[in-house]
Formats: sequence, structure tokens, C-alpha cells
Amino acid sequence: MKFLPLIWKNVWRRKFRTTFTLLSIFVAFLLFGLLMTIRAAFSLGVEIAGLDRLILIHKVSLIMPLPYSYLGRLQTTPGVELATHQTWFNGIYQEPANFFANIAVEPEKFLKIYPEFRVPPDQVNAWLADRQGAIVGRDLAQRFGWKVGDRIPLIGTIWQPKQGQVWDFNLRGIYDADEGIDKTQFFFRYDYLDENRAEGEGLVGWYVVKIADPSQAVALSRTFDEMFANSSAETKTTTEKGFIEGFAKQIGDIGAIMIAISSVVLFMFGLVAASTMAQSVRERTSELAVLKTLGFSGATILALVLAESLAIVIVGGGLGLAVAWLFVQQGDPTGGLLPIFSLPPRDVVLGVALMLAMGLLAGAAPALGAMRLRITDALRRA
Amino acid sequence: MRWLRQTTAVIALNLRTVPARLSSSAVAIIGIAGVVVVFVSVLSIAAGFGAAMQSSGSPGRALVMRSGADTEMTSGLAGDDIDVIKQAPGIRRGNSGPMASAELYVIIDVPKRSTPDAAANVPMRGIEPAGVPVRDEVSMVEGRMFRFGTTEVIVGRAASGQFMNMRVGDEIVSGQNRWQVVGVFEADGGVAETEIWTDVRTLQGAYRRGNTYQSVLVQLDSADSFDTFRDSLTSNPQVNVAIRRESEYYAAQSVAMTRLIRGIGFGIAALMGIGAVFGAILTMYTAVATRAREIATLRALGFNTTAVLVSVLAESLALGAIGGAIGGIAAYLGFHGYQTSTMNFQTFSQVAFAFQVTPELLAMGLFYALAMGLIGGLLPAIRAARLPISSALREL
Repeated sequence: MKFLPLIWKNVWRRKFRTTFTLLSIFVAFLLFGLLMTIRAAFSLGVEIAGLDRLILIHKVSLIMPLPYSYLGRLQTTPGVELATHQTWFNGIYQEPANFFANIAVEPEKFLKIYPEFRVPPDQVNAWLADRQGAIVGRDLAQRFGWKVGDRIPLIGTIWQPKQGQVWDFNLRGIYDADEGIDKTQFFFRYDYLDENRAEGEGLVGWYVVKIADPSQAVALSRTFDEMFANSSAETKTTTEKGFIEGFAKQIGDIGAIMIAISSVVLFMFGLVAASTMAQSVRERTSELAVLKTLGFSGATILALVLAESLAIVIVGGGLGLAVAWLFVQQGDPTGGLLPIFSLPPRDVVLGVALMLAMGLLAGAAPALGAMRLRITDALRRA
Repeated sequence: MRWLRQTTAVIALNLRTVPARLSSSAVAIIGIAGVVVVFVSVLSIAAGFGAAMQSSGSPGRALVMRSGADTEMTSGLAGDDIDVIKQAPGIRRGNSGPMASAELYVIIDVPKRSTPDAAANVPMRGIEPAGVPVRDEVSMVEGRMFRFGTTEVIVGRAASGQFMNMRVGDEIVSGQNRWQVVGVFEADGGVAETEIWTDVRTLQGAYRRGNTYQSVLVQLDSADSFDTFRDSLTSNPQVNVAIRRESEYYAAQSVAMTRLIRGIGFGIAALMGIGAVFGAILTMYTAVATRAREIATLRALGFNTTAVLVSVLAESLALGAIGGAIGGIAAYLGFHGYQTSTMNFQTFSQVAFAFQVTPELLAMGLFYALAMGLIGGLLPAIRAARLPISSALREL
């Protein structure tokens, strides 16, 4: 602790150099934070997906509908807590560029199976009482300035109403959820869809089944798929996590690209830090020799140089990561393309670990050199 | 002239001494090269994706879908509609009737080779006999065309490379359906190369679509007959359809994706560039500091400040150029032509494409590298020019 003033003095020995090194490290960790946010956005929230929820889709493809009649058989299978279904609606709000997910659900079961979506109780009651009712995520409501009570028309694409092309909904509730959960979705009632669509009565998109014991997921998946084998609509069951993972894989390995870019960035700026430290130590050879003459041990010198390097990296990197976090708090800058836009706490921890590693690595060679310095050589050189 | 001679002399001296300051110069070069690699390779993704989508449509063809549908996937047309559409004026007529193909566009789950444990949404298209002649860019590269009335399929070249069980002779098993791959086709690198094609009537049965279709692709008499064709159908009360030029349909689908990738690419490159400029400033600052005596000596000998200033900038530009060249070459060698596939969010189906490191991107990368070098050299150059001669010499 008593060496803090000394370290401080050394850090600011060349203000110009320290300032630009700090700025470089700042940029490095700002980028790291943003890249990890993009990575998380493209993994579609797989980290928080439920392991106790199974998704049943048509074996041929997700776009093939399943019959409504499967619901009863799923619900009565032992080990099933709750079964419900959902249907992709793909409605357009005003113009296609305003894309957001809109899905027909069974309200009561939906809210029970997805407790992470929080809706005020009076809004839930209002939704249950209104067949044309819908609830939307907080981010979506914000995007279009919707308030509870608004009337929202969606143009049907897959499902056409019996008359015209437009489906009208009443906004009955706004759901909120923890960070990292998609708050840009639009949920409405399946009974409204089914009674009013021109064709396709009794068809649903996919089933979501909450199971009592997650360890039974594989066994139950097999049970379901065997139950509907050789029927007109065979199924493929996966955990919700597996389903989202599979979907994310289809986009391509964005995660790997982001990690590759992060590595380039950290290597680049790690070099800047290392070169700064090397110069800084080289310039002070005689000073270090004097310190040694005064009785500073090799280990203390080593610690002093490492502390200096760590201080620069942690201050610069810490600020960078903090600014990245602040930026991410502003929400998705693309207007709906990246619904899950948050910097995962896991990556913040990783960032701090990387700062420590970078600080130590950048300071290691000069610090070792300084420790091994022989007083006589060093003083003669000066 | 004197000024020019002086300047070139100092620049030459500077550049000759760069190897002596190699480690600090390397920091700047690696920094700039890193930015250029990331910049060029991320944008090459957008370029490749955009190119695949844009080479997919021809302005001489029109796509008919149900009014309100934004993609083939969500469209639906009844068998009766098809007859009306094929009678419309503006369609080119061949020996066997109108050049028009009523089609189904669905998804079939097939694993990617790169991720064999996860199914990918591969697009599958049912076509009529006119479907191939309508698309004049399509030709078989392996095997033969499928026979209508069977469950034979042909697959696009990119699909054959990206997904499992898509070589000639393979069988694609999907639920209770079995499809025999009998040929591979190419389509000028367009998105059709990611598709599986079969007889539309077979596909109607397999996907329980009855006698319905999703789109009709027609070859126009000429690109100018588009309006005639569109107006006659949109004013016809028997059908409720929307008509687009095929080229516009595909171009619109690539907009959101290319914009997102370019946005990410430019954003990352801009931030990295700022960092690299800081790195270059440090390098050049060190270069000026270590050569303070040398610079002061030159000034004492009568070299003017502009020559010193320009020489520092020239060195920093040279670092930028080297970094830019290394970065561009690395991006080209590492990523050009890299085959991959992603999801087209408009249709939830896979699109295969290749990264394209175009000459424009390389030029942009080099230009960016030079800009970083120039900006990075500016402050240290001014510092060098302002160096007080007496005190710098005294540091001896």
C-alpha cells in the first residue's frame, strides 16, 4: 500500500504516452463488451431457455401445422405438468419493415408455462375477458408508442380473416421480464384466430409442454414422438433450449466470428500495452538500479512494474466495459433486429479476467527484466 | 526544388531507420492490419450475401403471389387462380403454352454438414415443367433432371455442398417422405442454388396442400411488358394477387440482412480504427522521441520544419500502407470464397453464399489504413517540427 504514490508517479511519468495507452485499452474493452452483446443477441437467449419445457414441431418442418387434437393426448401423458400450443401468425404492422414476432397462444396456460413474462393481474384479467385482446413486451410497446387500450391492426399473411385482410387487436397488457429475455413479442388469443380465419381451422403451429422432471426430457420426447409416429403429422420433440440452439445454429456461427474479432482486438491492444510497458521500463533502467541499491528486493521491483501495468489496463479496460454496459442499456440500436440486447454478466466477469491477464502479460517481460537487473550493469549503462 | 530535395532526403533517412525501431513500428502495423482484416472480412460477408440475393432475380420475370403476402412462404393461390394468371397478357408463350410455372415453396428439415446434430430449414420448391425453361440461367451440372410424377428431386449446387444427403444417388428422408436425389443444378450463384426442386404435384401431396400453390413465376414477353401483365391481373376481380419483378423481390429480401452486417462491420471497424490510431500515435511518438537528437541535428544543419513534419507523416503513412496491405492480403487469403449458409429471416429458410472480398473492399481497406496512418502521424509530426533544437541537442 505504501508504494501506491510511487506507482502513481510512474504511471504518469509520460502523460502523453499513458493517456494514449489508456485510450487504446479503453477502446479494446469497449469493443469487447459490444462484441459479446452481439454474440448474446445472436444466441437468441439460449442461456435462459427452460430445460423443463419441451417443444413439439412437425417432423418435416416447423412450417407444417399440427392438429389441435394432439393437445389432449399430451396433457394426459404421465410426467406432463401442462401442455399448450402456439401458432406463428406473421402479421404485418403497417409495413413489412416493422417486423416483430406475433404469436397466437392460449392465454391462461401461456402465462403459467412462461412465468418469466410478468403481467399485472388486472391486465391479465382484461386479456382473459377480451377475445381480441393481446399483450406485448415492454420494448415493443415503447418502439411504437403503444398504450394499454390501443387498437392495433395487423395485416394477415399466412392466415387471412374471413373478410378482408386486416385483423384488429386491443392491447390489454404489457409484459415485462428480466434482462436478456425478449420483450419485443406480441401475443394474442388462439380462439380469436381459429374462429375467424378463412381456412386452417383446428391447426396449431407447435406445442409447448412443461414437464415435471427435467431429467425425463429425453425419455418423454421419445414417448411423444412414438405416440404420433405413422400418423399424418409425425412430430419431433426437443427441449426449448435445444430448439433455440438449433435455430441459432441456422443463422451461422456468429458467436465464433465475434470471439475471433475479440481475439484480434485484444491481441492488438495487448501489444500496445506491452510495448508501452517495455519502453517505460527501458527508460528508467538507472532509476530501477537506484531503487535496488536502496535495498528494494527483486520481488518488490517485479511487483511494482506489474502493478503499474495492471493499473493502466484495469482503469482503461474498466472504463471501456462500463461504457459498453451503459450503451447496451439504451436498448437495441437496430430497431427490432436484435430483440435480446444485453451484456451478459458472465461476459463482464470474463472481461475483468481478461484485463488481469492482459495487465500481467503486458508487464511480465519488462517486470522480469527489471527484477533480474544487475545494479552495476544498469548504473554503468546510464 | 530545394525544399523537395530536403524533404525526400529526410523521408529516405527516416524510412531507412525504421528497421532499427522495428518492435515499436510492428505495434502500429499489426494494429492497422488487424483493423483492415476485420473490416474487410466482415463486409465481405455482406457483399457475398448481397451478391447471392441480387443475382437471384431477373427483371424479365415476374412473380405472382397472393395480395398481402410478403414472401412466397406466406402466400397461397388456389388452382383456379393459376389458370386465370396464366391467361394474362404479357407472358411469353413457348411451343408448349405460356412460359409460367406455378410453384410451392416449403421448408424441409435437413442437417447442415457443419452442424450434423441440428436440422436446418432448407427451402424446397415444387415446380411445373415450365419451371426450368422459365429460368434460363439454370443448368444441370451433374446427374439429370427429375422426372415429373415421381419423388425424384434435383438440388442446387450450394445445397449439395452445405447439407447432408444431397449428393446424386442419396435419399433425403423427411418424416414419411423419401426423396431421391438425381441431379445437381446451378443458377448463376443465386439463392436457387440453396433449394431442392421437385414436381409441384408430388410436393402438394407430401405437404398436404391439395390443389393449391404459393406463387407463379412467369417469363415476360420483354422486361417492358411488366406493366401490362401487372395491370391486367390487379384489375381482374377473379383473382386477388400482387405482382413484383423477380429481381425486386429478392433485392428487397437482402436489405435488412446486408444493412445489419454492414452496420456491425462499419461500427466495429470504426471503433477499432480509433484504437489503432492511438496505437500509431504511440508508435510515432516513440519514433520521434528516440530520434529527437537526429531531428534536432537536421534542423541545426538547416533542414526546415516542413521537411521534418512531412517526413514523420510519410513514415506513418508507410506504416499504414504496410498494415493495410498485410490486412487486405490476410482477409483475401483467409476468407475470399469461404462457403457458408445463413438464415434468410424473411422466409426462415437457408441461403448459401460465399464471402466475397471484392476489389472495392480491398481498396476501401487500404484507404482506411492510410487514413489511420495519416491521423496517427499528425500529432507526433507537429511535435517533431516544434522540437526546440537547443534542448534536444543537449539531451545528448
